[in-house]
Amino acid sequence: MIEAIRDAMDVSMARDERVIVYGEDVGFFGGVFRCTQGLQAKYGKNRCFDAPISESGIVGSAIGMAAYGLKPCVEVQFADYVYPAYDQIVSEAARLRYRSNGDFTCPIVVRMPTGGGIFGGQTHSQSPEALFTHVSGLKVIVPSNPHDAKGLLIAAIEDPDPVIFLEPKRLYNGPFDGHHDRPVTPWSKHRLGEVADGHYTIPLGKAAIRRPGAAVTVLAYGTMVYVAQAAAEETGIDAEIIDLRTLLPLDLDAIVASVKKTGRCVVVHEATLTSGFGAELVALVQENCFYHLEAPVARVAGWDTPYPHAQEWDYFPGPARVGRALVETMEA
Amino acid sequence: MADAGMLRFHVPEPEVRPGGTPDFSNVTIPKAGSVPRPQIDVDPRSIRDMAFSIIRVLNRAGEAVGPWAGLLTDEELLEGLRHMMTLRTFDARMQMAQRQGKTSFYMQHLGEEAVSCAFRKALKPGDMNFPTYRQAGLLIADGYPMVTMMNQIYSNEADPLKGRQLPIMYSSKEHGFFSISGNLATQYIQAVGWAMASAISNDSKIAAAWIGDGSTAESDFHSALVFASTYKAPVILNVVNNQWAISTFQGIARGGSGTFAARGLGFGIPSLRVDGNDYLAVHAVAKWAAERARANLGPTLVEYVTYRAGAHSSSDDPSAYRPKAESDAWPLGDPVIRLKNHLIHQGVWSEDRHTQAEAEILETVIAAQKEAESHGTLHAGGKPSTRDMFEGVYAEMPPHLRRQRQQAGV
Repeated sequence: MIEAIRDAMDVSMARDERVIVYGEDVGFFGGVFRCTQGLQAKYGKNRCFDAPISESGIVGSAIGMAAYGLKPCVEVQFADYVYPAYDQIVSEAARLRYRSNGDFTCPIVVRMPTGGGIFGGQTHSQSPEALFTHVSGLKVIVPSNPHDAKGLLIAAIEDPDPVIFLEPKRLYNGPFDGHHDRPVTPWSKHRLGEVADGHYTIPLGKAAIRRPGAAVTVLAYGTMVYVAQAAAEETGIDAEIIDLRTLLPLDLDAIVASVKKTGRCVVVHEATLTSGFGAELVALVQENCFYHLEAPVARVAGWDTPYPHAQEWDYFPGPARVGRALVETMEA
Repeated sequence: MADAGMLRFHVPEPEVRPGGTPDFSNVTIPKAGSVPRPQIDVDPRSIRDMAFSIIRVLNRAGEAVGPWAGLLTDEELLEGLRHMMTLRTFDARMQMAQRQGKTSFYMQHLGEEAVSCAFRKALKPGDMNFPTYRQAGLLIADGYPMVTMMNQIYSNEADPLKGRQLPIMYSSKEHGFFSISGNLATQYIQAVGWAMASAISNDSKIAAAWIGDGSTAESDFHSALVFASTYKAPVILNVVNNQWAISTFQGIARGGSGTFAARGLGFGIPSLRVDGNDYLAVHAVAKWAAERARANLGPTLVEYVTYRAGAHSSSDDPSAYRPKAESDAWPLGDPVIRLKNHLIHQGVWSEDRHTQAEAEILETVIAAQKEAESHGTLHAGGKPSTRDMFEGVYAEMPPHLRRQRQQAGV
């Protein structure tokens, strides 16, 4: 997936000289996850460069660049480090078009690795998507595979509004299904690991059905798509797994169509439970599908604790927990 | 000798509080014309003392003296005087309109008119200011229509911002005036980013960042200085030190650094202090900084030493935290009177003509106000539609906002 993300920036930089890429360790070295490797050598220091360790500075300067007319795609090294830039994202990027009535706009992309599963402890594992989906004016994307990551990132860079692009770092090297004690399957052995050359986009706001099914709808994104697939296989429950891909704007039509069909719904995310994005999903399902529901909508999420280190696999909502929720929802 | 033992907590206090006698004897005011004007490519290390002095052009006799004088013609100065008088009159009328309930909020510039009015004249078309809420002189001096400003203040049907933004938070790309946020200091690093973009694009335009003394405490100020210094961005980093951040005296944000200009020294940024109530000095220093930026010499930090003679905003009453007579005691005087006296000294102006100009300007402002009020005020007459509220959040309205607009019945 790293190559796909790099390819998306490469394609975008080649097509549009207004696209600028920068962040901490992003220039000469190519990023701590190597997502920008080779871009400085190819496009020069004017278009890909190292930034000081100042997330508010990185995002704040990107907003100014966007106001000038460039299209910055900046990296925050870990989503856990985005908070110093939160004011710039929430109060500035998200509202610039609205408050100036379109006089100034903010076409920026803020990329950041998200989620756990790498023994990163509380400062390299968080999933802060709900802090962004709560903000009017932003778009929020969480890709789950290389093919989508490339198409969604190109679409994000071409989008006229600010986009938060959360990259599940446990998926960088393969479709991780939560079975941490098993060998990692590389993307080269996965259908969605195939990435087409050149330019293509995946429209924002469109979900994808990863596993068609009739018994229960699972709403997931990022790493949890594979955890849900493993849970469905292991429990033998014919779950329909929807990969939301874009959280804001959300593909409500796809959700409603599936839940009306199955009559049951389980919402899964890695982020903490309380006021998580799952709460919004459950509310929408309830508002739109109440008379089709045959069971309460269940949530499986990270516990409401800081992300622990030694207890990573007790915290991470793995296939066993998701499987239990599927069984309980079927039995309800 | 430092005593060991019990630690003591230090909270700085201003010299005088309400009831006391204003005292600015601790403010050292160098003689007009005494600070040298270095070449723009000067080694920043050789002018560090300029961060602790004050560049002044107009002396007590109304003469323009020293190496920073002589950049503007009498005609240009007469125009500058008119801009400052217009801004002052505009403020008085809008402050009154706020008191009459025609809008919710207002912020005036009283005593600080020279800073934004003179600065604007040092820029070129296409340059971009990232202002705070107290730089409307940038618009006035650039010929932005007062009626449009008032429409924004009234949030009426002709408001270019469709009623979405607090009064005086103008936006005009055409006039090089970035949308005012209302959050503090966020625009400072954005200005640096804009300047970086101009350099990346091999353009010739420069940016100007604006901040007040109090907001320099925000981390965005410091990240802006890092980025400006690292990338040698073509940006002028303005700090308007008007002594007061609402009720908090400037010593709380300044700490032990001596001056706000001195903040720039650690970043290797040439840092100057200028008499903010001296139209000629403000313009000359801004011009110097703009030339440096355009010549790829990088950022300049400028501290404008001025005094907020009015309240912070229409919601503020300064008599609760500073002596009422403090502004009269301010040693750098009134920017309008000082430029007026200079032009009288030059023989191109008189008390009579000044009085006449005041009347003319008042008439012009009242005419603009009448026109603006024909489009409505905050609680009366034409206003932006409820439907407008849902527009412009994104370039294209997403489905959830369309649904909510339907729910709202518009």
